[in-house]
Amino acid sequence: MAIEVHGVTKRFGEFTALDEVSLAVADGSLTALLGPSGGGKSTLLRVIAGLEEPDAGEVRIAGRSMDGVPPQRRGVGLVFQHYAPFRHMTVRDNVAFGLRVRKRPRDEVRARVTELLELVHLSGLADRYPAQLSGGQRQRMALARALAVEPRVLLLDEPFGALDARVRRELRDWLRRLHDEMHVTTIFVTHDQEEAMELAEQIVVVNEGRVEQAGRPADLYERPANPFVMSFVGPVNRLGETWVRPHDVELMRDPREGSVEALVDRVVRLGFEVRVALTLADGTSLSAQVTRAEVEDLELEEGQIVHVRSHRSTVFAA
Amino acid sequence: MSRGLAPARPAVAGALASAYLSLVVLLPLAAVAARATDGGVGAFWHAVTAPEGRAAIELTVALAAIVVVINALAGTLIAWVLVRDEFPGKRLVNAIIDLPFALPTIVAGLTLLALYGPKGPLGVDVAFTRVGVGLALLFVTLPFVVRSVQPVLMELDREAEEAAASLGARPLTVFRRIVLPSLRPAIASGCGLAFARALGEFGSVVLLSGNIPFRTEVASVFVFGRVESDDVHAAAAVSVVLLAVSLALLLGIGLATSWRDRRVR
Repeated sequence: MAIEVHGVTKRFGEFTALDEVSLAVADGSLTALLGPSGGGKSTLLRVIAGLEEPDAGEVRIAGRSMDGVPPQRRGVGLVFQHYAPFRHMTVRDNVAFGLRVRKRPRDEVRARVTELLELVHLSGLADRYPAQLSGGQRQRMALARALAVEPRVLLLDEPFGALDARVRRELRDWLRRLHDEMHVTTIFVTHDQEEAMELAEQIVVVNEGRVEQAGRPADLYERPANPFVMSFVGPVNRLGETWVRPHDVELMRDPREGSVEALVDRVVRLGFEVRVALTLADGTSLSAQVTRAEVEDLELEEGQIVHVRSHRSTVFAA
Repeated sequence: MSRGLAPARPAVAGALASAYLSLVVLLPLAAVAARATDGGVGAFWHAVTAPEGRAAIELTVALAAIVVVINALAGTLIAWVLVRDEFPGKRLVNAIIDLPFALPTIVAGLTLLALYGPKGPLGVDVAFTRVGVGLALLFVTLPFVVRSVQPVLMELDREAEEAAASLGARPLTVFRRIVLPSLRPAIASGCGLAFARALGEFGSVVLLSGNIPFRTEVASVFVFGRVESDDVHAAAAVSVVLLAVSLALLLGIGLATSWRDRRVR
């Protein structure tokens, strides 16, 4: 295991940010820490990086205990949401910083920086200052800067959080490809379940200072350990004790076994996918996700009465 | 009308601002400059290079330079402690920093004389020496660097420092390579103001220095003395030199800062 966290607890005054958190990250994997803001995921990342000292528990990187090891000697690369550029240095000097601090020979620094700038597609902007770059470019610079010292572990704190949707998507795809090429063990923090699902090989759901569940994206989606994970990794309807995903709601013109009546409130067409908002006889609202073809077959209209049942539902033991 | 006066009528606002500036700042400056040179450039030069005036100017500039260097270091350190450290009584210390600004300078002079004078409780007698003058100047110029560095330090991106640390930079390297470059303009402007203040300081110095010509007489006291003895000419000449030095310094700092801002902001 590249990173192991054992029973880490971190308090800030009265507030418990991390409560006996444990997790394991495999060598060369891409792991997402997913959860709502204030849930402790950034604190966990900072504990791994050595920027926060845990009150209890232990972090091991590449099998070595990191107790008392300062961030300088942990071999981690850090990337922040707001890029944390060295504003008074050019892009080139930003990327070269770690190598210069390590007193690497001048020629080696130059060669390595050139190579990295090419990797992050910033070769043409090497002599600019961070203020002259777009958000996406700044984040790529920050990545190159972190990668320059060949870290054992790359830690990204909401790396795409400050970018607009299009750049975000581009950078996400690009990070995925980069990871496939370089295989640096990577942990990134996000509150965006789609981002986590799309990028990560392993997702660790963190909430209120605890790990709710860790596993492959599909496992989390198919077999959530509790209602929190169920509702965090995707949209869900709650019908009493039963939880149903909108795409597991079946709409029919005529009653069938196990179906109930529902009133169609709204039909929202999003291209292939259509979202239907319904109200059941007892007043509960329900959302369904169906295809365009299904809507046409049913000749679905707002105000219409349909029959609904679920293909699949989840009940959590109390 | 929520649009406001300034954007709608820039010409009027501009005219008002420049009229005010001219009346309050430029006119008196021009008057001093005119008085200094009304005997011709030769007379001006003669007044400035006369031994006593020259000694006063040299002493003032040298002391101001030393004091500014000391307060640049101490002021940055104090600002750092006030922003980055937590300790009991921090708010009080923070408020006390402004005391040299708030205190009438003659009161500061009196206090310093009582403390460092012949009958001082510390047994340190630096009255009527250059060290005493330096102490007085240190006291009155302390807040400048602290107050200009403090807000910049508060706004500083801590994550940049953390990123640098994770890249292998030790705390001192982080300070030198990441923090200091961001503070430099603030330190420079604090120094500029402190220097200008030290050049013109009168109240806190006049008691402690003893005003011994060629030894402890600073420029402002020299100017005062010349006016008292009806030599307005020499007074104005030395004043113009002080004015020129201050102005050159402030302009230089302004230029350096704007040059840097164009690159970095």
